Amino acid sequence: MLRSSLRQVSAALKEGRVTPTELCQRCLALIKSTKFLNAYITVTEETALKQAEESEKRRKRGQPLGILDGIPIAVKDNFNTAGIETTCASNMLKGYISPYNATVVQKLLDQGAVLLGKTNLDEFAMGSGSTDGVFGPVRNPWSYSKQYKEKSVPKSHSEDEEYNWVITGGSSGGSAAAVSSFTCFAALGSDTGGSTRNPAAHCGVVGLKPTYGLISRHGLIPLVNSMDVPGILTRCVDDAAVLLGSLAGHDPKDSTTIQDDFKPFELPDLPDVSKLSIGIPKEYHAPGLSSEILSLWSKAADLFKNAGAKVVEVSLPHTRYSIVCYHVLCTAEVASNMARFDGLEYGHRSDVKDSTESMYAATRREGFNDVVRGRILSGNYFLLKQNYEKYFVKAQKVRRLIANDFGKVFGSGVDILLTPTTLSDAVPYTEFIQEDNRTRSAQDDILTQAANMAGLPAINVPTALSERGLPVGLQFIGRSFQEKQLLTVAKWFEKQVQFPVIQLEEAERHDNGVFQHQKSASFS
Amino acid sequence: MAAVLAMVARGCGGVWRRLRQRCAVRPGSGPFPRGERAVACNARGGMMSAGKSGLTPWIPVVGLEIHAQISSNSKLFSGSQVQFAAPPNSLVSFFDASLPGTLPVLNRRCVEAAVMTGLALNCHINKKSLFDRKHYFYADLPAGYQITQQRVPIAVNGSLSYSLCIDNKMSQMVTKTVRIKQIQLEQDSGKSLHDDARSQTLVDLNRAGVGLMELVMEPDMCCGEEAAAAVRELQLILQTLGSSQAVMAEGQLRVDANVSVHHPGEPYGVRTEVKNINSIRFLAKAVDYEIQRQIEELGNGGTISNETRAFDSKLGCTVPMRDKEGKQDYRFMPEPNLPPLILYDAKSLPANMNHQQVINIDWIRERLPDLPSVKREKLVEQYGILPEHSFTLLNEDGLPEFFENVVKQTQMKPKKVIGWILNDLLSYLKQHSLTVKESPVSSFLLADLLNLLEKKEISSTAAKQVLATSLSAFPHTCKQARDLIALLLCYVEMLVTKWDGTEDAAVTEKNWCLQGF
Repeated sequence: MLRSSLRQVSAALKEGRVTPTELCQRCLALIKSTKFLNAYITVTEETALKQAEESEKRRKRGQPLGILDGIPIAVKDNFNTAGIETTCASNMLKGYISPYNATVVQKLLDQGAVLLGKTNLDEFAMGSGSTDGVFGPVRNPWSYSKQYKEKSVPKSHSEDEEYNWVITGGSSGGSAAAVSSFTCFAALGSDTGGSTRNPAAHCGVVGLKPTYGLISRHGLIPLVNSMDVPGILTRCVDDAAVLLGSLAGHDPKDSTTIQDDFKPFELPDLPDVSKLSIGIPKEYHAPGLSSEILSLWSKAADLFKNAGAKVVEVSLPHTRYSIVCYHVLCTAEVASNMARFDGLEYGHRSDVKDSTESMYAATRREGFNDVVRGRILSGNYFLLKQNYEKYFVKAQKVRRLIANDFGKVFGSGVDILLTPTTLSDAVPYTEFIQEDNRTRSAQDDILTQAANMAGLPAINVPTALSERGLPVGLQFIGRSFQEKQLLTVAKWFEKQVQFPVIQLEEAERHDNGVFQHQKSASFS
Repeated sequence: MAAVLAMVARGCGGVWRRLRQRCAVRPGSGPFPRGERAVACNARGGMMSAGKSGLTPWIPVVGLEIHAQISSNSKLFSGSQVQFAAPPNSLVSFFDASLPGTLPVLNRRCVEAAVMTGLALNCHINKKSLFDRKHYFYADLPAGYQITQQRVPIAVNGSLSYSLCIDNKMSQMVTKTVRIKQIQLEQDSGKSLHDDARSQTLVDLNRAGVGLMELVMEPDMCCGEEAAAAVRELQLILQTLGSSQAVMAEGQLRVDANVSVHHPGEPYGVRTEVKNINSIRFLAKAVDYEIQRQIEELGNGGTISNETRAFDSKLGCTVPMRDKEGKQDYRFMPEPNLPPLILYDAKSLPANMNHQQVINIDWIRERLPDLPSVKREKLVEQYGILPEHSFTLLNEDGLPEFFENVVKQTQMKPKKVIGWILNDLLSYLKQHSLTVKESPVSSFLLADLLNLLEKKEISSTAAKQVLATSLSAFPHTCKQARDLIALLLCYVEMLVTKWDGTEDAAVTEKNWCLQGF
């Protein structure tokens, strides 16, 4: 039961095969036994059970609030949740209890979803490993899967596990791990440079970054306002469509959301891709791309070709400037967005009281980690009067060029772009921390970042297991607001590749239900 | 040996000069034709030693930056109420306190107020304007930045015409124009209350996020009186439009003055910014003081530094303000959470657009009320009163209406009515610090009295006495007063009728007063 999809479990709830409370309890038990993953910062057991109880009442009355009623979900800890700690994995907000719900959280609750807890991340979502938060790194559930254990060179067992565990990617690593380890049926992440798609790829789940402006950011603690999008993490593409339908649309509290109403959609069961033109951007053949992923990418292209789709190589010439450009724009907005954390109204406040200024300084030194402080420093440098034109304005122009590249490609008749999501499969934590956050982010965001620059929708679809038994995903990038087309293609692809299900001892122990998602052959 | 520093009294063309005697007249040799910029800026007698450049004239340059609080129910970017003197921190939304994750939502009313003000000040309204963040750390600025319009403000290139009198004579009025560089929408900050005794600062965020219009005036003025007259006219315009209540004492209108002096033909001098000016009278004083100070300083071989100074109203002088850590770099950047502000006019208005969602400049233009200058012209034209009287009428809220109401109800010529209102009624009200709306004598009653006078049923002396008595018999409430005066007038009328002029009305009235009260 726990390992089924959201739509499947919703059907089970509807048919009474399981009650919301039972489901919630099972999830909570699994969260406990997978605590070592460090996926959750806060588990809201009490309120979750209460919400489940309410849902149960509604279901009994035959008046469920919809498909999400009673479905356990998790939310990244950079979304505000009323009455529940919202920390951003930072000392600055440790213990901070927000008085309001983010619009997306409110929408989920209004539709009866059961909030299990808040998931781990890099501090203020700044990172690509989910290793740089004050609550410690998130461990990739696949590190503990039968698939990985079998393939990783067997040494002495117990120490090995401690040494060999791989990162989730980030910054929404907690949400990706939570969905991947079956502790919830869907989770919210956020995506600024790839923070939803990257961990989704490493954890073998679907990660959707919708078009900028399609989902409200109100209540999402910002990283880069002009690129942040709430992300959706699910086990399959259909579930992502369900979540999208329940979250998208205008929000009067976010002036950057679209004015038009959003019509939720269902994806066709037998999608047809034969009339589509799939673009393969050559620049995504980036230095450092593993040969494994390269070959998967080209096999994927062949799949489309064989299905009758037109597959064309395209060029996005400015993509290679995306990372440096992002560095300037991101740090500048970070410097600005973080200015509010001064210890006065909320959050951490230092005991230093010599003067207001010294209190500010000490508060911010104690409250932020090196990564955050480093970005604030460089961002303020880029915004200085004498630097503004040289860096910020230039970066904005480059951003426009990057967006124009996409416009030209889509204008030429290409419907969807197919690219890798990450350069390689997930690396062991011990290896990952050999390099600093900045270097890591620059490398890891390279394939995902441009979509944020252009505001385009993009999705990671788990594709196959690597030689080491770890998930690898591919990314589809669509036209603005053409989520339906994007997800349709993603669903078709998902069907073709039959990505294997993670074999996780803990989950199997907790899950005595019927498992419907059986896989035989996998795509590799 | 002391010399008196004085402003050239006439034909000064905005040129100040160090002089050894008071009020010397410098013939019309200034850069401006005599009379045109003639301003009788009152000289403030300042003491100074005779310098080397004793007769080199100085041209003072005054520019103003004005913050007008927008009169609206809610704040610029949040739904919090706007109210003066509410209990501390009672009008603070999550956004105003900058709780993480909150976003600004632009208040339509504030945009309309700015458009209205821009139109009234002959500005070009930008159909696309942008918002920016201006960063600085201060306890009453919770977000660490203010949202303002630095790059493209909502209105630019306007002008404001104002009049002032020469030599303090109401009969000699000149009209001048100051250019408006721009009007930008921005957020107000909160208030910090420093408790030095307990070395703590208390922060009140009620004002944080209230909508402001910042009006930047070009340095087209040359003395305190010009600045004061310009601000007074602006205040009247804002009040007429209803875009701001513009009460300086309540901080709804805040004026900072940029002041510099230079010799003719030379580039502008280093300017100082004078802040903390909370009345129009103090504005004139502060500017004049600062001009004098700079002239003295330079005359003594000193230099002017580009600093911020505060006006000390008790001492009547400007003093350097505690410097906030030297020069600030505000690190401006575009506000990413607000799309560009798009305005429409009749031509550009898309046909299928919901009217609730768009702001139509032409629609607002058509509905602009008569501005003070137009009202004055109409009063002069319609009633034949003197232009200077129209200024006095407009200067008081409700006075033009009072005047028109009296005129409507009496046979007396408006020219005569105005005398009664300005000389008798207004001077009394001023003496007792009453507004026109608080007047114990209503327009109706004054009209009655003037009718009696016009019909020669009472003498002018008697009428004056009745009015004086009515005003001074000012009882506890206005209502009571009006009742009493109504009674009084009835009685006078009655008596007049009864005795048919055989008895001096004044005497009767006196008797009645003695008997009745």
